Amino acid sequence: MAVSDLVTRQAFADAPQRGAATRLLEDERWLAAVLLLPTVVLLGLFIAYPFVEGVWLAVTNATVGVPGKFVGLANFEALWNDSIFRTAVYNTFIYTAVATVFKLGLGLWLALLLNRNFRGKAFTRAFILLPFIIPTVLSTFAWKWMFDPTFSVINWTLFHFGLIHSRINWLGEPDLALISVIIVNVWRGVPFFAISLLAGLQTINPELEEAAAIDGARAWQRFWHVTWPLLLPVTMVVMLFSIIQTFADFQLVYVLTGGGPANATQLFATYAYQIGVGTGLLSQGAAVSLAMFPFLLIVVVVQLLYIRRVEVH
Amino acid sequence: MPRISRRKFVQVSGVGALAARAGGMAAILASGRAPAFAQGATVHWLRWNDFVPSSDTLLLKQIVPDCAKDLGITLNIEMINGNDIQARTTAAIQSGTGPDVICALNNWPQLYADSLAEVSDVAEKIGKDQDGFYRESTVVANNGKKWLGVPWCIVGAEIAYRKSWFEAVGVTKFPETWDEYRAAGKKLKAKGQPIGQALGHSFGDPPTFWYPFLWSFGGTEVDKSGKKVTLDSKATIEAVKYGVAFYKDCCDDGGLAWDDSSNNRAFLSGTISATLNGASIYLLAKREPDKYQTEKGTPIWQDILHGTMPKGPAGKFSFQLPMTNMLMGYSKQKDAAKKFLAWITSKPVYQKWFDSQGGYTVGATKIWEQDPIWNKDPVLAPYRTVGRGAQFAGYPGPADRNAAEVLSKYIIIDMFAKAVQGMAAEDAVKWATGEVQKIHA
Repeated sequence: MAVSDLVTRQAFADAPQRGAATRLLEDERWLAAVLLLPTVVLLGLFIAYPFVEGVWLAVTNATVGVPGKFVGLANFEALWNDSIFRTAVYNTFIYTAVATVFKLGLGLWLALLLNRNFRGKAFTRAFILLPFIIPTVLSTFAWKWMFDPTFSVINWTLFHFGLIHSRINWLGEPDLALISVIIVNVWRGVPFFAISLLAGLQTINPELEEAAAIDGARAWQRFWHVTWPLLLPVTMVVMLFSIIQTFADFQLVYVLTGGGPANATQLFATYAYQIGVGTGLLSQGAAVSLAMFPFLLIVVVVQLLYIRRVEVH
Repeated sequence: MPRISRRKFVQVSGVGALAARAGGMAAILASGRAPAFAQGATVHWLRWNDFVPSSDTLLLKQIVPDCAKDLGITLNIEMINGNDIQARTTAAIQSGTGPDVICALNNWPQLYADSLAEVSDVAEKIGKDQDGFYRESTVVANNGKKWLGVPWCIVGAEIAYRKSWFEAVGVTKFPETWDEYRAAGKKLKAKGQPIGQALGHSFGDPPTFWYPFLWSFGGTEVDKSGKKVTLDSKATIEAVKYGVAFYKDCCDDGGLAWDDSSNNRAFLSGTISATLNGASIYLLAKREPDKYQTEKGTPIWQDILHGTMPKGPAGKFSFQLPMTNMLMGYSKQKDAAKKFLAWITSKPVYQKWFDSQGGYTVGATKIWEQDPIWNKDPVLAPYRTVGRGAQFAGYPGPADRNAAEVLSKYIIIDMFAKAVQGMAAEDAVKWATGEVQKIHA
């Protein structure tokens, strides 16, 4: 027996007696449970509880200040026959699909540009993030002024360049209003795509592109066969986040159009807010809100499965 | 600081408390001391950002200290955008905490009837002392069983118009009928001076224009009992068809995206020739004559007059914007809040606020029609009597919860908006009828 062993054993014997809690925590299963507890409590409090409360509200006839009674799926049945709800569903899908495609396209283009070496690169990268950093309500108010029927600076500019001869009613025409809110969403979302994809691009070993170039691959071929497949997992994650955020968007549309004109830009969230919070029909508002859930669940599951498949390959 | 003995404190506070219990507000004021029960109480009052900023200044700078002095109540006033008040009210009721008193617009009190404290004693006393409330103020604040709030004021809605522009198209007296107004508007729009009318989701200008417009053609959402939906009628279809023609012939296309402040800006910038609004356009133009000028460089306020809503085949109607102070059921300061409501609505205190409005609002009680303020400026004279014949959403039925829901969902407004956007009048009416029926089901 070595001397050091004797010393260690002695030190162990002299150590103060351990409590029951310490002994319990030495068991990895208990330790894991204890370490997870704060997260579970937080998730339960801020995600599970509101969700369960939302589900419960959706199956009652509660109005503001009145708890209501269980009515089963009556609220969802009412939604099925609600023309404004159908408009909101249609708008949400169009809004999400079009905005995501443009955000991806422009974001990728910007990321590829920012991935090059040029003077003032760091400043430009920081500057690009500006629309994403400014609080949505604030920047949307600026856009509201730019789209204002009377004082639109966009109209003024187009008019003075002779490109238009009568004013464009950005927020007053149903289709144009939807296009306008999509434009603002794209403007706000492109930096998120650009910076995230830029981070993805920087993880790709430049030697791969160089090797492809030596083999005679042209720029487009190098992008399509080398860069894009390697960037795909990051792209999918960014798209997942973006789709969820865009699908449940509220602030932007609320500030810009309030869902108008005549519900032409109503989305799930704005309609839920109008009838739940504005009109005080909490249960119906909760039902509208909850109707988003299956759509989002499908999007999340499909995309996560796809990401998994891409990663495995 | 002089020392106050316990005995002295009890004596002094006893006077206030006794006065409050025995003689109400008059006795409190006579005693010159705040009632003891209210000592230290804080009342949180939520209201809109006034279109007359000097009234907000008055509330903060003068009414708050006066309230502390007269009642011993610390008044905490919070001002937010009018369109956000409903959201705050819902959040406050659901969480059981928030402002003690909320100043509601339109017939919103009907939506929250179960969550409001009864204030019948305060409202009835004020009504009795001040020649009674206008019918519109009563129907929005009383559900037939109790007073849901104490009526506060009525924001008059009249048509502000450019005198010289109307004269230039041969109109020297404001049009009496929709046909006359449309004829004038058509000429004005051809000259690039259209009428401006909001047709979007906002609490004030859209409903105060399109509801009476509908009524003036004989269209109504329900019958007198408020139980039968009557919207799908020839009269409504006629109103919608006429509304579309009026909008296309006379109005600025931007109205579909306007909120309650858009027409103010458009008018003051010389973009539109007329718009239904409170007196705020005129008052602001008068306050800042160097800023708001005509194309000739003269102050624009000198070229503004006010006219009433024109007459249709079924008569002449108006819908003014009533405001009501609701005492919230969750409030822990109900006694103090009631005292505050009685105090702020009492004539001497209300007078200060009323003066600061400069004619933008009329009182909810009839006594304010006699105020000398109306003799000061003849341009504001049409606003003096706005409370008299005003009807409210739900007309000819009650301004009840269903009517409040129809209003809050902007169904009548959207009926006109859909038709303006190209939907056939019959289809727009059918859609709106379906929506109203769902609410009444």
